[in-house]
Amino acid sequence: MAERVRVRALMPPGHVRAPAYLRGKTGIIERALGEFGNPEQLAYGLPAERKPLYRVRFTMAELWGDRAERPEDTLDAEIYAHWLEEVPDHAP
Amino acid sequence: MPHDHHDHDHDHDHHHHGLSPSGHPYRQDDDAPLTYWQRMEIAVRELLIEKGVTTAAEVAAQIDLMDSRSPANGAAVVARAWTDPAFKERLLQNAGDASREMGFDIGPLHLIAVENTAETHNLIVCTLCSCYPRNLLGLPPDWYKTRAYRSRAVREPRAVLAEFGVELPDSTTIRVHDSTADMRYIVLPARPAGTEDLREAELAAWVTRDSMIGTGLPRAPQNATQGG
Repeated sequence: MAERVRVRALMPPGHVRAPAYLRGKTGIIERALGEFGNPEQLAYGLPAERKPLYRVRFTMAELWGDRAERPEDTLDAEIYAHWLEEVPDHAP
Repeated sequence: MPHDHHDHDHDHDHHHHGLSPSGHPYRQDDDAPLTYWQRMEIAVRELLIEKGVTTAAEVAAQIDLMDSRSPANGAAVVARAWTDPAFKERLLQNAGDASREMGFDIGPLHLIAVENTAETHNLIVCTLCSCYPRNLLGLPPDWYKTRAYRSRAVREPRAVLAEFGVELPDSTTIRVHDSTADMRYIVLPARPAGTEDLREAELAAWVTRDSMIGTGLPRAPQNATQGG
């Protein structure tokens, strides 16, 4: 998993744990948490695949732009690997 | 409005809405029909008991256990971390195991402790629902579950903290933690200045519930006050 990741900007129906306010936002992997049953299946009582889970750290500037209270403050959230895409380090 | 208020200088036409003549708030009788999920819970519970999977006594004991958990558990963990550097290290490595080591039943919970320092202040929220380290802190306060706290904590944490009476210098970085999946979080507050001579048990009294959510700071224990 790349150091810099972007949360996929998808809006599928159903039970999803990637919060909408983080979709399309870029952050860095704060730590890997191991594998957990996919809540998108668990929520419906279905057999769940084990999916890698990461803590991803975003800056408030990334999340809220000019309206951030203080751009350097951060937000960490747990995001499953299938919701993350790698962002090359040299990308803007 | 004081909770117990016996001297009335207003007449009967001016009773405060929702309060008894002595100033006690009325709680509306729960006369509404059961909701779908309340009926479901009763049906499933009765079936489980009928089929011998569990007993009413076991259900009551589990509720008792949930109600018995309180922020005192978390406070004991924090006080240990303040006085035992090796324990603090283990707590920051794996907060679940460190808490189990003190005899707390953490269940299958994955617990992460985040440390407040002079440079960093941590704040916990669950924007999706109400994830909370119940095994260490007991039931979450009502405000923790409100849409206002859940939406504002990630958007304007400094404004939220100011409303809780926590003013941080601009040089302090705020780290908000949104419990979106399998982890639960507890803040390890910074040990207050002037507590160097206190022992572990005394220190625990300084650790408030809110200081372990990040919406407060540890403070000197106040003598229990009457009323309110």
